[in-house]
Amino acid sequence: MTLLRFDGDDLGHADRVVLPGLSLTLARGQQVALLGQSGAGKSTLLSAIRARLDPLAAWCPQSHGLVPLLSVYHNVYMGRLERHGALANLLNLLRPNRDAWQAVESLCAELGLDGLLRRPVERLSGGQRQRVAIARALYQQREIFLGDEPLASVDPHQALRLLQRIQRQHATSVIALHQHRLALSHFDRVIGLRDGQVQLDAASRELTLADLDALYPDASTSAAATSA
Amino acid sequence: MRCGFPLALLFPRSRTLRALCAFVRAIHELFWALLFLQVFGLSAVTALAALAIPYAGIFAKVYAEILELTPRAPSAALPTGVDRLSRFIYAELPLVWERLASYTRYRFECAMRASVLLGFVGLPTLGFYLESAFREGRFGEAGALLWIFYLLIATLHWWGHRRLLPLLLVAGLYWLGPWPQIDGALLWRFVSHDLWPAPLLAGDLTGLVAWVRDMPDLLPAIGNTLLLALMGMVGSLVLALLLWPLASRHFGNRASRGLGRLALVMVRSTPELMLAFVLLLLLGPSMLPAWLALALHNGALIAFLVARHADGLTPGMPGLPASGRYAYELLPRLYPNLLALLCYRAEVILRETALLGMLGVATLGFYIDSSFEYLMFDQALFLLLITAGLNIAVDAAARRFRPREVPVDDPCSR
Repeated sequence: MTLLRFDGDDLGHADRVVLPGLSLTLARGQQVALLGQSGAGKSTLLSAIRARLDPLAAWCPQSHGLVPLLSVYHNVYMGRLERHGALANLLNLLRPNRDAWQAVESLCAELGLDGLLRRPVERLSGGQRQRVAIARALYQQREIFLGDEPLASVDPHQALRLLQRIQRQHATSVIALHQHRLALSHFDRVIGLRDGQVQLDAASRELTLADLDALYPDASTSAAATSA
Repeated sequence: MRCGFPLALLFPRSRTLRALCAFVRAIHELFWALLFLQVFGLSAVTALAALAIPYAGIFAKVYAEILELTPRAPSAALPTGVDRLSRFIYAELPLVWERLASYTRYRFECAMRASVLLGFVGLPTLGFYLESAFREGRFGEAGALLWIFYLLIATLHWWGHRRLLPLLLVAGLYWLGPWPQIDGALLWRFVSHDLWPAPLLAGDLTGLVAWVRDMPDLLPAIGNTLLLALMGMVGSLVLALLLWPLASRHFGNRASRGLGRLALVMVRSTPELMLAFVLLLLLGPSMLPAWLALALHNGALIAFLVARHADGLTPGMPGLPASGRYAYELLPRLYPNLLALLCYRAEVILRETALLGMLGVATLGFYIDSSFEYLMFDQALFLLLITAGLNIAVDAAARRFRPREVPVDDPCSR
């Protein structure tokens, strides 16, 4: 079942086209991995998808978008900011809403953030911040998960666990990542971008690691290092 | 010693509001005080209004500039449909809170200085006793009062603690006084009649021409104002260049740095008018004391900020002698920043220039002060408007000429 379709669309920012003439179809129930070098257009594609799917998609941006001064709890709570009135949000800042607190607490426990709920995000490590950003996206409780390198700054074991947690909650996801093995083992479909073009779009079981290496122009010179 | 804290989180989105703010802060606190003095007399309302009105304009401008620099990422990461207020308190305000707070603290110090100045027009603050002590030659007493003022500024950390603020506010309201009897009819007469040229109200055009001709000679006054401001800027520049190493970690030892920092903060917190007044007593009447006062005050302030900026730099070649470090390593990197700070200060310096007119230097401020003394309010208002216009023009010019590529992110420069 088709979720959205790009048909020769030019995607980009206000003044610069990054992905010219893009044609792409996304279907419900697919786990899609988005690969490509930095600067290949992954973020542009993801934000275009986000704009189209708006109320359906939970969003985990590359920059995390966390507020350093606020606690972990409040940062996660922000995922559902639009579902409460302004007054309720204001009160929650002074004194946490009890139901929301419990929901956030159990979510954070799952992600290994237990006991950190009151700590300001500015005092967390990089990996912890990453998990707060994921917690916020999960807390949004949307049908589809869109993530721009949500696994970039966590260790391999954690990356696997987090990915499984994300995919358990979302039957449909589009996730940009750099871990090739994960892309082949845990996704249904791989989309590879290179120089603003879709260079690769196939079911992951038909692909090998070598196919993925072709997306990276520097790979041929250092072929040994790429299977990592 | 009373400080007005205006509720000034206005967002100058609209052009009219911005223009209004620019106008309101282009007139110095003291002139506002002189204006309100006519209506409310020597009372708390005069003091509060004279501080609160220009400060509202300044806060509005600086807060808006700080808010403009809010990082956009958190706000972009929010789900759509979040209402404006929630977006502001969750994804914008916490990001700039620290800067807003530090600017407000700095402004509090400015407000203390300004309230001392208000003593010069007769409001019973420290400045009043200071001025009378100086005028009557009781220098020992004046010195003691000055030390009390420094002590107040130095201990601001303790008595101005966050927890004590509500208490201070209530106590301030209680001790503040006297509250005036406001006579509505008198107020209305002042606003509708006294402030406007009589020929204009009568619709008499030839009379208006005569009224304008009766003005004091404005061009030399404007020239003097601009000249003094320009000289003040140059003086500040020279002093800042000489003084900043005093407080920087790259020069001297711990003791000399401590002393240097103390000296800069002391010069910075002494009200300009006070400095000029003391220098006037020492050097006799001319433009020189005014110029020295401007240069000292602003030079010390800029030197302090530049030293703080220098402390964040690491020299690329360690082991150079002090002169080499100053001329080759640090100054080339600091200079654009220093110039930008100076350009930001241009508006403030001009405002202070007008103020120094109250001591008899023939700037615009001198004529404003004498118009008030002769109760020619229409003329005073006209001159105030010219001063404000001049300020706005100079601010715009400084904005155009300041080095573009260095962002001055230190709000305390304004």
